[in-house]
Amino acid sequence: MSETPLKTTPLHAAQHALGARMVPFAGYEMPVQFPDGVMKEHLWTREHAGLFDVSHMGQARLTGVSPLSAFEEVVPGDFISLPLGRQKYSVLLNRQGGIIDDLMAGRPDEDGLFVVVNGACKDNDFKVIDDELAGQVHIERLEDRALLAIQGPEAAAVVQAHVPGAEQMVFMDIRALKGFGVDLILSRSGYTGEDGYEISVPASAAVAVWNTLLADERVRPIGLGARDSLRLEAGLPLYGHDLDETVSPIEAGVSFAVSKGRREARDFPGAARIAREASEGPSRVRVGLRVLEGAPAREGAEVADEAGAVIGIVTSGGYSPSLKAGIALAFAPPSHATVGTRLKVIVRGKAQAAEVVKTPFVPHRYVRKV
Amino acid sequence: MRFTKDHEWVVLSGDVATIGITAHAAEQLGDVVFVETPEVGKVVKAGDAFAVVESVKAASDVYAPISGEVVDANAVLGDAPETVNAEPEAGGWFAKVRMSDPAQYDALMDRAAYEAFVAES
Repeated sequence: MSETPLKTTPLHAAQHALGARMVPFAGYEMPVQFPDGVMKEHLWTREHAGLFDVSHMGQARLTGVSPLSAFEEVVPGDFISLPLGRQKYSVLLNRQGGIIDDLMAGRPDEDGLFVVVNGACKDNDFKVIDDELAGQVHIERLEDRALLAIQGPEAAAVVQAHVPGAEQMVFMDIRALKGFGVDLILSRSGYTGEDGYEISVPASAAVAVWNTLLADERVRPIGLGARDSLRLEAGLPLYGHDLDETVSPIEAGVSFAVSKGRREARDFPGAARIAREASEGPSRVRVGLRVLEGAPAREGAEVADEAGAVIGIVTSGGYSPSLKAGIALAFAPPSHATVGTRLKVIVRGKAQAAEVVKTPFVPHRYVRKV
Repeated sequence: MRFTKDHEWVVLSGDVATIGITAHAAEQLGDVVFVETPEVGKVVKAGDAFAVVESVKAASDVYAPISGEVVDANAVLGDAPETVNAEPEAGGWFAKVRMSDPAQYDALMDRAAYEAFVAES
C-alpha cells in the first residue's frame, strides 16, 4: 500500500529552520509546535501577537453572472446583500441540513466572492459547489496563494505598519490592499478570539511576509497545537470534531449562520430540518463545559447527568492554558444545557464533576469600530 | 538507572523500583498539565499502561517497565504536574513498585543503550 506523500506549504522550509515539529495535518506536513511549545505559544498569542501558517486551507474565487445569489443555493446565510468589503461565516449544507464544511466568504473587491474553507475538506467542498452551481459560477482555486494569520492584542499594530488601509478595517472587514510590496487580500478576522488579521498573499511572497512579520519582536510563530487550544478557549467549533455531516447549524450553536428570511423561505439544502429545529428546538445542542476536577475531558468522553446517566459527548476538549482548567465543547440535550447545570464527564472510567458554562470560555476581543 | 523503549526510567533500591518518564520524553511532551498516578496496592504487569501524563494537546499512557505491586505514588504531581518537566528523572517520578521479577530489571537498557535508541528513532 502506498501512502500519498504529504504536501507542504510555501513556508515549510522557513518553519523547519525555526525548529518546528512537523506533523501530518489535512494532507500537509504542518508545524504542530515551535521550540516555545504549545503552552508558551498559546499565552504569547493572548498577550502579544502569534503568527500562524494556514496555507493548507482552501482559497478560491467564485465568479459568474451573479455569484452571490448562486452561492445562496448551497448555504443558509444572506449573501446577495453582502456589502463590498465585508465577509461572513457560513456553512455548506447537505440535503439533510448537515454541515459539509464551515467557511468564510467575503467581497474584498468587485470580483465575485472570495471563499476560504478547511484544508481537510477543500477538495470535496469545491466539488460540491461545482456540482450544485454548475453553469452559474466559475470556481478558481487560488493554489498560488499562501494564507497567514496574525492574532493577538498587538497583531493589528504590527500589520498596520506594513499595510496602509488596514487601520480602517473592523472585525469581519475584508479588502484587497497592497502591503509588503505585493497584492494582499486582508481580512480582520481569525480563529483565536483575539483581534488580528488573516493575510492571503501570493505564494512567491509568503516567506518574505512571514519573515518580515517575525522580525517584529512582538510576533512569534505559533503551531497547530496552540491554534487548537486558542480556538477552543474562544468557543469556536472545529470541523471534523464539533461539526460534521450529521450536525446542523442549529445544534452546533452557529444558528447565526442561518438568516431568518432564508429560514422562512426554506430555499437552501436541508431547510426543512433547520426550520423544524428552529421552531421545535433541536434534540441536542452544543454546550461549553468547565471540568471542575481531575483530568481534562477530551474528544469522545461521555457526558453524564448527576445521577450517572449518559446524556451527551465531548466533541472537543482539553486543557485551557488561560484558565488553567479543563474545558470542553460537548453535545447535551437542551434540558441539560443551561449555564450552571452540574454534569459529569467520564474520563478513563472516572466520573468527574463538570459545569455548563457560557462560551466563549475566554472573552473575544474583536475590534468592531475604529 | 535503566530505561525502556517507551521512555520510562527505573531506579532500583532493594526490590523497590522507582519509575518515571525520561527527560527526552518530558521534552517531547511539552508542558505537563495533568498526571494520573496508579493507586497504591495495585498489581501491575510489565507493559501495562499504569499512569497517564497529559500535555495541553494530548493524553499519553505511561507503561509499567516491570511487574509488581505499587507501593507509593508521587503525590506532588497532583498539584504540581509541571515537576515532570522540571525534574523528569528525579522529583518528577511517578510511582514505586515492589518488583515481583527482578530479571525484568536486568533486561532493561542502560543509559548508553537508551541514548543510542533515542538517537536512532
